[in-house]
Amino acid sequence: MKKTAMTGTEAVANAMRQIDPDVVPAYPITPQTEIMHGYAKFLSDGKVTGELIRVESEHSAMSASVGASCAGARVMTATAANGLALMWEIVYIAASMRLPIVMSVVNRALSGPINIHCDHSDSMGCRDSGWIQMYAENNQEAYENAILGMRLAEKARLPVMSCLDGFITSHAVEPVTLFEDQSVKDFIGEHIPDHPLLDTDNPTTHGPLDLFDYYFEHKRKQSQGMFDAKSLFKEVAAEYNQRFGRDIKELEEYSMDDAETVIVALSSTCGTAKVVVDSLREQGKKVGLLKLRLFRPFPMNEIKEALKSRKVIAVLDRVESFGAFGGPLFSEIRSALYESGSPKIVNYIYGLGGREIDTKMIERVYEEIESYKNKEIEEYIKYLGVRE
Amino acid sequence: MKEIKFIGRGGQGGKSAAAILADAALEKGDFIQSFPEYGAERQGAPVYAYTRIDQKEIRIHSGITNPQIVAVLDSTLLTALPVTEGMPDDGILIVNTVEDPKQVRSRINFHSGRVFTVDATGISIDAFGKNIPNTPMLGAVEKATGLVTLDVLKKKISDKFIRKIGQEGVDKNLNAIQRAYDEVKEG
Repeated sequence: MKKTAMTGTEAVANAMRQIDPDVVPAYPITPQTEIMHGYAKFLSDGKVTGELIRVESEHSAMSASVGASCAGARVMTATAANGLALMWEIVYIAASMRLPIVMSVVNRALSGPINIHCDHSDSMGCRDSGWIQMYAENNQEAYENAILGMRLAEKARLPVMSCLDGFITSHAVEPVTLFEDQSVKDFIGEHIPDHPLLDTDNPTTHGPLDLFDYYFEHKRKQSQGMFDAKSLFKEVAAEYNQRFGRDIKELEEYSMDDAETVIVALSSTCGTAKVVVDSLREQGKKVGLLKLRLFRPFPMNEIKEALKSRKVIAVLDRVESFGAFGGPLFSEIRSALYESGSPKIVNYIYGLGGREIDTKMIERVYEEIESYKNKEIEEYIKYLGVRE
Repeated sequence: MKEIKFIGRGGQGGKSAAAILADAALEKGDFIQSFPEYGAERQGAPVYAYTRIDQKEIRIHSGITNPQIVAVLDSTLLTALPVTEGMPDDGILIVNTVEDPKQVRSRINFHSGRVFTVDATGISIDAFGKNIPNTPMLGAVEKATGLVTLDVLKKKISDKFIRKIGQEGVDKNLNAIQRAYDEVKEG
């Protein structure tokens, strides 16, 4: 298939064109805005049929998404950083109402200080909000995660955040292979909403008051929905892989067969880490990379299986969890491996506010964790690439 | 892998030049990546944009610190910024200026590699009546590096601009590229 040069935001806009959602409520924020530029252009060119609602804030964007999704529409939106923070209240409501909204999050640092560049503080802040989360290494994955995410959302009846790195991938031009429009439409299928408000023959109530009598039961069911999404991801990925000739899993294991020291990371940093792994492998070093494509629901068993027999693991978090024992990826991976006992695990916080992460820095991480094979880790939480 | 850095001022089209070069290389069958460096964007501020071209998939997502090729779209930046920073000894520097390469070399004290100059601003003013030196600079970059081919470059520029500026506008760009390709000097 033909490769086209496009930015990450153009790739996501193309996924939106092919999915052609019924309703797209949107509010601009850097670096997301170009996704909606792209979508709006498709709309005015008559390439899509949806309704773009230009709202007055992100809080309204998510509110309109909830309303439209309850009505029975297929809904997509996109945001970043402070926009996502402003949506916060309704982000939880979308998940608890089991609405299959797909939202691209172009990862950007939360203020303050104000910064427009990449880190994962925005989407990681929402990690317990009940949304499925996928992270893209490059533009191709940003495109494909949106498509896979749409199907998964509707199958799991849960909203999906499809995350890509602000500027690093969102504004970089890379080759992207677009699938045939019809093939995407066939994969997505028709949206059959659950108890839509517009089904006036069967009136239903959405979002009522729910106190101590049943609130807990409803949260328990919501939680079960997220657990069930683990196997639904496998089902959807299997269909997807068969149709599009891919091999998408929750995790990508890169050069992991006999790897003794392993880096675990998300998104674009994984591409740079692969370059380092290749070069260290040429020198005979047993290094590997574990990339999480799916972060929520957390693929605990798969991670355990992939990491249990390794010697030292470095988990890279592009976010600070103030006052916690390490970043979110670190603490969850460490917890997943608690019973397996053997690997040593160390955390690197890196890349906040778009701080560069290059091959030399990743090489240094592999060197450092190699040294932990034979000595105690003196410090579990390290900061990579910061002046101290 | 080839790594190219475009240095210009906001509004001169450095970002587009980097993207068009990448697009042309993809058309030719190479793997590509192109990205601007965003700071405070405003008309006139210095702006960097980059292109990577390789025969195999490009996975790296970090910045470019050792560009083999540097194209300077605005000669006033020659002494304002360390334009040759990180360049290897066999690097190629292409500058939009009325000066000849020897004058540029002595002005920035750069005596290794290859230096090319072209009056892309003059060509741009002749062609468009204003200073948008990015497309003529691409012609000069192609002559200095042979990264893509002039034909592929012209095709990509036509594809990109035809809807926006029509055939007449496209022809002006193609002539400007050809002129820069013919007029660029090495020294």
